[in-house]
Amino acid sequence: MSKIKPAEIKIGLEVHCQLTNLKTKLFCSCPSDYRGKEPNTFICPICMGMPGTLPVLNEKALEDAIMAALALNSKISERMLFFRKNYFYPDMPKNFQISQYDKAGGVPLALGGYIQIDSKRVRIRRIQLEEDPGKLSYEGTIDSSTCTLVDYNRAGIALIEIVTEPDIETPKEARLFLEKLRSILEHLGVSDGSLEGSMRCDANISLKGGKRVEVKNISSFKEVERALNFEITRQKSLIERGIAIGQETRHWDEIRRITISLRTKEEEQDYRYFPEPDLVPVIISKDRIEEIAKRMPELPDERRKRFIEQYHLSPQSAEILTRSKAMADFFEESVKLYEKPREISNWLICEILSYLHDKSVEIDKLAVTPKHLVDMLKLIDEGIINREMAKSVLQNMLLTGKMPDTIVKEKGLEKILDKEYLRSVVEKILKENPQAVRDAIIDKKAINYLMGQLMKATEGKIDPKIAGEFLRERISELAKLKI
Amino acid sequence: MAGDDLIRRKKGISKEQIEKIAWLARVEISKKELELLSKQLNDILAYFTKIDEVDTKDVPPSYHVLDLFNVFRKDEVKPYPHEEIFRIVPQTKGKFVKAPRMA
Amino acid sequence: MSHYIELPAYEIVKKIREHELKAEDYILYLYERIKRIEKEIHAYITLTEDLALKKAREIDKKIERGEKTGRLCGAGIAIKDNICTKKIRTTCASRMLENFIPPYNATVVNRIEEEDGIIIGKTNMDEFAMGSSTEHSYFGPTHNPWDLKRVPGGSSGGSAAAIASSMATLALGSDTGGSIRCPASFCSVVGLKPTYGLVSRFGLIAYANSLEQIGPITKDVRDCALLLSCIAGHDTLDSTSVKKIKEDYTNYLIDDVKGIKLGIIKEFFGEGTQDSVEKGVFDAITKLEELGADHQEISLKSLNYALPSYYIIAMSEASSNLARYDGLRYGYRIPDKSYDWSTVYRKDRRFGFGFEVKRRIILGTFALSAGYYDEYYLKAQKIRTLIKRDFEMAFKRFDVLIGPTMPILPFRIGEKVEDPLEMYMCDIDVVPANLAGIPSISIPCGFSMGLPIGLQIMAPPFREDLLLRVAFSFQKNFSNRKDEKL
Repeated sequence: MSKIKPAEIKIGLEVHCQLTNLKTKLFCSCPSDYRGKEPNTFICPICMGMPGTLPVLNEKALEDAIMAALALNSKISERMLFFRKNYFYPDMPKNFQISQYDKAGGVPLALGGYIQIDSKRVRIRRIQLEEDPGKLSYEGTIDSSTCTLVDYNRAGIALIEIVTEPDIETPKEARLFLEKLRSILEHLGVSDGSLEGSMRCDANISLKGGKRVEVKNISSFKEVERALNFEITRQKSLIERGIAIGQETRHWDEIRRITISLRTKEEEQDYRYFPEPDLVPVIISKDRIEEIAKRMPELPDERRKRFIEQYHLSPQSAEILTRSKAMADFFEESVKLYEKPREISNWLICEILSYLHDKSVEIDKLAVTPKHLVDMLKLIDEGIINREMAKSVLQNMLLTGKMPDTIVKEKGLEKILDKEYLRSVVEKILKENPQAVRDAIIDKKAINYLMGQLMKATEGKIDPKIAGEFLRERISELAKLKI
Repeated sequence: MAGDDLIRRKKGISKEQIEKIAWLARVEISKKELELLSKQLNDILAYFTKIDEVDTKDVPPSYHVLDLFNVFRKDEVKPYPHEEIFRIVPQTKGKFVKAPRMA
Repeated sequence: MSHYIELPAYEIVKKIREHELKAEDYILYLYERIKRIEKEIHAYITLTEDLALKKAREIDKKIERGEKTGRLCGAGIAIKDNICTKKIRTTCASRMLENFIPPYNATVVNRIEEEDGIIIGKTNMDEFAMGSSTEHSYFGPTHNPWDLKRVPGGSSGGSAAAIASSMATLALGSDTGGSIRCPASFCSVVGLKPTYGLVSRFGLIAYANSLEQIGPITKDVRDCALLLSCIAGHDTLDSTSVKKIKEDYTNYLIDDVKGIKLGIIKEFFGEGTQDSVEKGVFDAITKLEELGADHQEISLKSLNYALPSYYIIAMSEASSNLARYDGLRYGYRIPDKSYDWSTVYRKDRRFGFGFEVKRRIILGTFALSAGYYDEYYLKAQKIRTLIKRDFEMAFKRFDVLIGPTMPILPFRIGEKVEDPLEMYMCDIDVVPANLAGIPSISIPCGFSMGLPIGLQIMAPPFREDLLLRVAFSFQKNFSNRKDEKL
């Protein structure tokens, strides 16, 4: 069985990112915050492509797109054109999409560029501005539904499409690329990746220099890794059986976790690109680019470097914290309230991150705020709870959103500081476990069993250090007595 | 290559091509129409070959006849009474536009 | 009483403002005339009598109250049915939009209404503006008022016929490849295609967006200037509309062509041009010379390639512009038969569109398709540059360029409709102006065997002033209006 080396896998991504910081759509003045609204209420004759209507370009969309292209190290075109991409589909009000093209005389917003992930550079081929289509839904599944339900609220929303070179070699790299892209766009404030459907991507994958397979309908970054892993496995097995991979388009089925061939006539697409006659060229001056560059916020890579220098974090910690803007913001706000960046970093990375991952939730959507975390850390400092206790306080905070001191009071979690009480509990344990005591006298390590029992009896509320001291004291005393 | 081009052009458009194009354009045509189109389109395309006589080697295309550029709008919401648009939709289901089945 | 309907718009407006004539009465006269002769001519698809009378009454009240009134006060305006009128059916003479009632006005309609113009109806046209004879209408052809067996020209045939037969005071048409000027020539009226970008296209149902403009069709050049002044001007809803100082074109109605240099385009007098047309145009040029203009011949070689270039570009753009008509959001939809979406689209468009439209969609799709784009669409756009350059060069030597509007006299209904290529050839003299984006006017310059001949005058971009001046001077000195018998 031949193994396919990573270098033989080529993955390219086409990522569509909504410019969510705009108030209106790309070519009309409909409001852009369509999520959760009634279908077909954020529409107008222009985005519905009604007869006689014409598009007019949103200037802020252009600027946000330019800023994104700058952050991606891309070269902004001097003279940009819009092109029509012609194809029929029920989510397309005009049955063409106003988009951009890099052939046939077309000039997109920007060419080239890259994103650095770990030690690797993933090159960008082009970045273009285009409009989003509407949304289709079904009664049941796409196959069984007797009709298709169309909502045009999303039609006309501004998108930037980022197309990479096939530099990505593993599904994991694909996910890292997307996470980094999202982080960059969020740091710029031009696209909020946490909004449903705001970042969608298609992947192109080829193995061993074979034909390119396009995988569409990938709804989230997690799904990208899954879809690509599946596709690699699928293709590998075909190659091993000597079956050639043909160029095709496949559809990722999230529920069954497989890719399905879209071997329909839709494949024979000829988009007949030509320049959009209703829009005039856009000449992007150096002045405009400079002005936008000046007001560009701090990017993730810069922030990571600053975290290392300013907060003395390890490179790994800094990298993890700056993967998402929300996480990095949470960190810095926490540090503002409590100047122990390493502590905060540890808690975020070791405890909170896994929770976020498990629940698939974003840190800024949590009930827990920087103040929650900081207050909890202060409680540890004051000796009111110990570290172990703090962990369960944290879990409780994440679930309930209550402030740590409230939780501590409610659950009576204050460390048992009363030394008299502590001694009495130690005695009780020693009495209840005579065999363990004899073991502990002989072998110091066996004291752990007694520690365990002590913790159990006190519901972990004691300070292990002090309790340990007491235990060892008493064991020594007992040892002396026996002798 | 030039010879091939000439042959291709003399060929014009075949019935098969017409059907493919009609599919791309989502226009169903009857057999009778296909016959008629085949003749007419080839006559017209033959006439179009006239443009090959002109040398346009270093001539840029005039996609836009005006020297206009940078026409923008401000990012300001102007709400529109959506009911007026929805009212004329031929088939609806609840608040959705009802399209035929996909598959 | 009925003589009012023969008066030009600027006089009507004056009389109404000066209380000599009531707008309501005037509109009633128009409708009376329509009722009498419309069935022979069939210029209209939709008449809006109730709305028109309502508006007329409002205007009369305004005048009684001594309020300021617009420049089109009381004029009855016929609007080509590819220009959207709010709450009034706008069909493009197609089954596809047979029942389409737009919830919005075209910008030009808003401007007309702001100037107190009264919309009296939507006029017949070739379906989706594709044609030169108004025979390609789902609602049947329009007949030329000068000879009912003949075509009125197209695609704005209804508007031109309505004006020629006094069934409207003023009319709007659209001109993509001569669609204002051709019917103006065939119906012996004035038709102006403005410079590309002068008049907003918002609300004009697109056929070929880089080529078309809305323009006035009138009897009198003065009316043409008046209507143009009202509709021209920048529109924020149209990215291709030009920002420039608003002009009052009536200022250019000057009876003085002394020293104006006329360039006679050699390519417009080729072998397809009928002798009577050639004679008619040369007579007109002679008359202009009598008034002091100079003329000389000029050859613009690129114009030999204008017609195929025009059709390739127009059909390509059209194939994309008409893609939206799938019956899903508006327009013709076949009865529910549980087909899949692609089949429904194909059938909606099969039964919704006429044959000429389908022909152009297929050709246009072909010209843009992979492998053909360079040799058709791109090539045509390059020839367009050559044509633009030729005109620029010509306008260095001449003030205006002149020639026939149509190479032939109005032909019989049914004569050319079976041969699309023959029909397309009629546009040979009018399409260059669309390709170059320059303004062009057609004015009546005589008759031959009772059939009208049109003189075409072209000017540099945004020099409608020159067109109006030459046209005005010609019409003032040589017009001999033959009134309709009906």
